[in-house]
Amino acid sequence: MGWIGETIDSIKSIQIRQLLTQAISLGMIVTSALIIWKTLMCVTGSESPVVVVLSGSMEPGFKRGDILFLHMSKDPIRAGEIVVFNVDGRDIPIVHRVIKVHERENTGDVDVLTKGDNNYGDDRLLYAEGQQWLHRHHIMGRAVGFLPYVGWVTIIMTEKPIIKYILIGALGLLVITSKD
Amino acid sequence: MHSFGYRANALLTFSVTALAFICAIASFSDKFSNQNPSAEIQILNINRLKKQSYGNDEVSLTLDISADLQSLFTWNTKQVFAFVAAEYETSKNSLNQVSLWDVIIPDKEHAKFRIQTSNKYRFIDQGHNLRGREFNLTLHWHVMPKTGKMLADKIVMPGYSLPDAYK
Repeated sequence: MGWIGETIDSIKSIQIRQLLTQAISLGMIVTSALIIWKTLMCVTGSESPVVVVLSGSMEPGFKRGDILFLHMSKDPIRAGEIVVFNVDGRDIPIVHRVIKVHERENTGDVDVLTKGDNNYGDDRLLYAEGQQWLHRHHIMGRAVGFLPYVGWVTIIMTEKPIIKYILIGALGLLVITSKD
Repeated sequence: MHSFGYRANALLTFSVTALAFICAIASFSDKFSNQNPSAEIQILNINRLKKQSYGNDEVSLTLDISADLQSLFTWNTKQVFAFVAAEYETSKNSLNQVSLWDVIIPDKEHAKFRIQTSNKYRFIDQGHNLRGREFNLTLHWHVMPKTGKMLADKIVMPGYSLPDAYK
């Protein structure tokens, strides 16, 4: 109970200048996080340089909750690479391995077929209606590195949004009540 | 300065930084491993070479694959994904890679193996260019670490060819 009293007192004793300073520091933190994210996008050449694995289709290599670092280069797509791609009409990207490549000579156009390591069949069932192959513009990046378990934070916050709100509320309270 | 909040924050920051550092070092240690894998593939039999009803060629074959990938495993290796791909060139496509068979190797004991198998995935061309076609069989492997950078490489074995007529 004393702690709640202290919190209310400290909220009452806030001065405008102090509040503004803290708001600006918070803004600086958020902005630098954004700068880091955008820089990562530039350096890796991919729209989402870090993705969280959501399904078990690449087990035991990648489990649900792992995060993957992506990199996209102009190098041709070859069999065995683990690629992240978007299917038209679906907004969640899929991370699977390339098992077939047919590349045209002059234009560099390429037909690609993918399959999850842990799936029985290839991904034709996941592609859009009538689509047999993936093309270069579907591919968002190649997986080059990975960290286990770190992605669970994102999965929990997406699937139980209440936790996201609690976290932001707690952070906001911390910012307001801290004395420096 | 000595409240629970500050101490918890300092502890959390330090442990995350230390963990990230350890993961980076673990991944870096993979650079020092000495790797010399070996493999040999024989085609035991070409079972069928046919033309599908809507025009593409398809091959079914039986392979004898022997490989020793034990030297790829380090303490930071979670699994090695190995697959055999047929690679060839046609007038329509400058490069075709078709995966015929793959395996997940979870540990060092399973990394030395010999297996005779028919192709796990269908070997289908875009078109009918497979009669008399010469192709390479390549064993690719993909080392997936417990944390960090993934490594992929291959051994190319050239000199295989398909029969000149449908059978």
